[in-house]
Amino acid sequence: MGSYIVKRLLSAIPVLLGITVIVFLIMAMIPGDPATAILGSYATPENVAKLNRDLGLDEPLVARYFIWLGNMLQGDFGRSFSLNRPVLDEVTERFMATLILAGTSFVLCALFGIMAGVVSAARQYGWADRGITFAVLLGISIPSFFLGMMMILIFAVHLRWFPVSGMYAIYGGGDLADLLHHLVMPAVALSVVATGVVARLARSAMLEVLRQDFIRTARAKGVGEGRVVWRHALKAAMVSIIPVLGIQAGFVLSGAVYIEMVFQWPGVGRMLVDAILKRDILLVQGGVVIVAACYVLFNIAVDVAQSLLDPRIKT
Amino acid sequence: MTDALRLEGLSREFPVGKRLFGKPKGIVHAVRPVDLSVEAGETLGIVGESGCGKSTLARMLVGLLPPTTGRIEIEGKPLDTADPAAFGKRIQYVFQDPISSLNPRKTIRQVMEAPLKRLHGMDRAARERRIAEIFDSVNLREEFLDRYPHEFSGGQAQRIGIARALAAQARILILDEPVSALDVSVQAQVLNLLADLKRELGLTYLFISHDLAVVEAVSTRVAVLYFGSVVEVGRAEDIFRAPKHPYTKLLADSAPVVGRPLSAPEGRETELPDPLNPPPGCPFAPRCPRATEACTGAMPALEPQTGHRVACIHPLG
Amino acid sequence: MKTVRLIFRNRLAAAGLVVLGIVVLLAILTPILPLADPDVTNTANRFRPVFAEGHLLGTDHLGRDLLSRLLWGTRLSLAVGFAAAVFAAVIGAGFGIVSGYFGGATDNVIMRGIDMLMAFPYILLALAIVAALGPGLFNALIAVAVVNIPFFARNIRGVTVGIAHKEFVDAARLAGLSHTRIILSEILPNVIPVIVIAMSTTIGWMILETAGLSFLGLGSQPPQADLGSMLGEARGALITNPLTSIVPGVMILVIVMSINLLGDGVRDALDPRLRSGALTRPRAATVVDRRAPVPAPRAEGVLTMTDLETQFHVGARVYRAVNKVSLHVAPGECLGVIGESGSGKSVTALSVMGLVASPPGVITGGSVRFRDAELIGATYGRLRELRGDRVAYIFQDPLATLHPLYRVGDQLVEAIRVHHRIPRAEAWDRAVALLKQVRIPNPESRAQSYPHEMSGGMRQRVGIAMALANDPDVIIADEPTTALDVTVQAQILSLLDDLRRERGLAIVFITHDFGVVAQLCDRVAVMYAGRIVEEGPTRAVLDAPAHPYTRRLIACVPELGAGRRRLEAIPGLPPAVDRLEPGCAFAPRCLKTEAVCVTREIGLAQAGNRAVRCLFPETDLKREAAE
Repeated sequence: MGSYIVKRLLSAIPVLLGITVIVFLIMAMIPGDPATAILGSYATPENVAKLNRDLGLDEPLVARYFIWLGNMLQGDFGRSFSLNRPVLDEVTERFMATLILAGTSFVLCALFGIMAGVVSAARQYGWADRGITFAVLLGISIPSFFLGMMMILIFAVHLRWFPVSGMYAIYGGGDLADLLHHLVMPAVALSVVATGVVARLARSAMLEVLRQDFIRTARAKGVGEGRVVWRHALKAAMVSIIPVLGIQAGFVLSGAVYIEMVFQWPGVGRMLVDAILKRDILLVQGGVVIVAACYVLFNIAVDVAQSLLDPRIKT
Repeated sequence: MTDALRLEGLSREFPVGKRLFGKPKGIVHAVRPVDLSVEAGETLGIVGESGCGKSTLARMLVGLLPPTTGRIEIEGKPLDTADPAAFGKRIQYVFQDPISSLNPRKTIRQVMEAPLKRLHGMDRAARERRIAEIFDSVNLREEFLDRYPHEFSGGQAQRIGIARALAAQARILILDEPVSALDVSVQAQVLNLLADLKRELGLTYLFISHDLAVVEAVSTRVAVLYFGSVVEVGRAEDIFRAPKHPYTKLLADSAPVVGRPLSAPEGRETELPDPLNPPPGCPFAPRCPRATEACTGAMPALEPQTGHRVACIHPLG
Repeated sequence: MKTVRLIFRNRLAAAGLVVLGIVVLLAILTPILPLADPDVTNTANRFRPVFAEGHLLGTDHLGRDLLSRLLWGTRLSLAVGFAAAVFAAVIGAGFGIVSGYFGGATDNVIMRGIDMLMAFPYILLALAIVAALGPGLFNALIAVAVVNIPFFARNIRGVTVGIAHKEFVDAARLAGLSHTRIILSEILPNVIPVIVIAMSTTIGWMILETAGLSFLGLGSQPPQADLGSMLGEARGALITNPLTSIVPGVMILVIVMSINLLGDGVRDALDPRLRSGALTRPRAATVVDRRAPVPAPRAEGVLTMTDLETQFHVGARVYRAVNKVSLHVAPGECLGVIGESGSGKSVTALSVMGLVASPPGVITGGSVRFRDAELIGATYGRLRELRGDRVAYIFQDPLATLHPLYRVGDQLVEAIRVHHRIPRAEAWDRAVALLKQVRIPNPESRAQSYPHEMSGGMRQRVGIAMALANDPDVIIADEPTTALDVTVQAQILSLLDDLRRERGLAIVFITHDFGVVAQLCDRVAVMYAGRIVEEGPTRAVLDAPAHPYTRRLIACVPELGAGRRRLEAIPGLPPAVDRLEPGCAFAPRCLKTEAVCVTREIGLAQAGNRAVRCLFPETDLKREAAE
């Protein structure tokens, strides 16, 4: 197992390099030069040239890539001109907020999605199945940002159960209870779509598994139906559910961008959108690379979980 | 007289556990160098258990799999290119699973026309005539031509598979377990059809099966494959009645036969050797009741050169 | 046509289609509808309510007509979502097909690239692309399409790999088709339904995504508005004037939901597995719908079936898989049930403990008794107590019938512990002892293995050990050696024979192989089209078959040692059991058929210990019994 983890980590190196290349190439497509964007269109040519030199932008493309990569490896992601602080500091701080939000949503979607899927499959064509199927359909069809807005309207404005936005109360907040109070609505709004997707997949994976011969064997042994469904079938179905959970983690992370906008959550998604609108290229580059790298590591964890579950995977 | 088919030192290896760089973890010798010849007009049966390499051998013979070493000669002319189209006109293949060998989204007519058009460049009228001719010879009604594969039973689908092979006008057919997926009553229909076609069209067959009784019933000669090697070749009527190789005897004794009392022919619960870690010398030695020290030396060759040949240092009989 | 009909049969999908149709129609008609200009601002007239004069849905924060903006926005959103889906599908499927068909290095290069794109949470990639190209609707479209290419490529590649390894592709190669031709004529027609399914299930998603980018202000730029940017602009006034947010939001919901409903319908209609209803979950026990009174057993035995009837109800069709079958087996006896595929032999075996998949299986009549207990119609709890404890099964393919993710030892332990409350360690010791009894070498270490680590023969031994776990009275073996090689089959058969003699087991042995029956079974019952056509002691039946079917079936089987010869064949096919004619089902293939054979039901005529269902039997059983 240890050697498998090491192997997977090593195999992530080319992927991480690939990510940096893709991000770099996309950013290199930007018309005009960042220096003009930074200094504004009234900058003197001398100033632009100087800034280009400072940023290393007068080098050829390949050299620029390696300079950028080398700097990153030393922890230097450059400075955000719009915020006037190091990219790494800003991204780390913002990413923590996103992780709290997205992590909570991910746990919610995995838990409720799998449970709903299993119940739905076990009661196929029953009322529970119909109810869940309809709820799931609604869930995957509603734009998360619209859902978030409606939740604000109902639960924050009218019922006053939860705060309208933000991560902490401005006055007197800051403790865990305050955070949780702020977290409920965005986390739920963010998890709805992913829960629907997981539930759908879990249902069809369970239906697929429940028809297998080994389920008939379990029944022929006299194993009770609850155990057949929740142990035998669910364990086998997890083999196809786990990879989807990995993909859903990406979707939750992505959906967080909208939810952060709606709920004014100080996460990395809002930071990126702001950076794009301000054309703060270094901040976009650094943010994308760091978040993508974390996602790659998370997917390795998913692979490891899969190999723990399924002995047929060669470790 | 030239042989219809001649194999010289034909072998195939598969790398196992591919790595990104460097050599693979192991090599499986699916087929060890095989020398065989099939006379024109004969049926050579090939029997063996799962994993003995019989399907790999068959796929090499029609060019679907390039061999690692060795050469194939068809009617005196060598065929070393791995281009199935070049093989197509001279040697054809009948598949084990009749349904999955037909494209579910094509009508039978489209299936039948492909070899006529691509291999022989026939025009529409000629194709129509030829299809009618072939369908007549395999006892299929022409109304089937505009139907789709899922509308047919296994036996009918296998006749269509045979018809397609005939359309290429190859004189040699490789029959890879052609009746294994069929019920016995239908199996006999297909086997008899194959026998009739062979007589009428002067075909040569290589008949691969795991079923000893079927192979014996249709073959002129039989080759027994074990662990990628031919261990015995002999006339069909002799080989199971008076086997010379201990493995052939084990096979013959294991086949359930009406009137023979049930007994485990092998005392020990033996199994095939690990292909990644083959035993030295004769691969059957670890299971063989007659094995001696000498058997673990080198793989014995097939002796004598003609007639009933056996690859064993201690043959029976 | 069939597909369209199937979609309409699904009411939800039809509803989705109707709603989507209306929305699309409105979007198409928008330019000619009498609407206000969507972009003309009139701040004096802002935030008018619904049904305000001249503004059916009111106005937005700049006083623009909301209905007009909604329809123009819908038009834009639909067009952009659809374009992105087509773009992603065509490019993704192209990569997928090429990668899956050629395999090897081509596959490696393409899929590594795709993996690289998938290593991003998709929105990061989309944001990066928009950042590079600049905000704008067309750039948002490109971003959404690009991030969805990997989904199509992966999906289609998987399907293509499956098809490329099918025998019909090999056959096409041998028929002289070039690679291009094979891709176009063999692969593509089989892949297109999958592409359509993938598109129909993702197009809603694409509309959501482009709307999302516009919502963030990165898509359509003012004054032009799609649904997403309408929502984004309205957000500022969410609390004071929620209407301007609700209108575009609900429209997105309606569009995406109708597309999803329709997409599900399309998928169900195009996926042949779903079409045949295969994805229904079998219940814990077969449904029993017995109308007639329970027949009394007519024979002695530890297990007796009397007039058992099991049917498959598929749509309007009724397949009579098991048609009034009566069988019995005594302790220590081995009863063989022989028949070709579709004869109902396996369904008979599975009916005993209610293991026939339901739906579509229904037990519609008859009785199965274990000792004095009636099993048909017994409560699930009672059935479960007996399953694996008194009556155990051995199934055909041991790789498919063992759970792939549990160690074989644990599977044995479970078999013991569902019926006996004993500590785990004790059960484990029993499991190892069982493996030893079925002659598995090194049982202690083998108990730790997973099924895929064992050979077919060893796995079937595990299957037998599992059946023996609770020392049952009856074992029902459903073609247990069919998937095995002959040398292994011989080992397994002799093991079963020893076990039943040592333990006085009653075995019901389902097979299609006369050789196996002859070697193992005391008595044999021959099935044809769901009925027993002949029954008797094995030797007697094989030496002098009474039913013409039995005689001719035996003649079909090539027997080892008879040399090269022409085989007897039975022309024709067994009848479909959903369209059985009255009288003898074998009559159309029989050489002795007379008019009387197909006019009435023919009973199973008993004579001594033999029975035959034929008016003109090959052997006179009465005389044979008298002698």
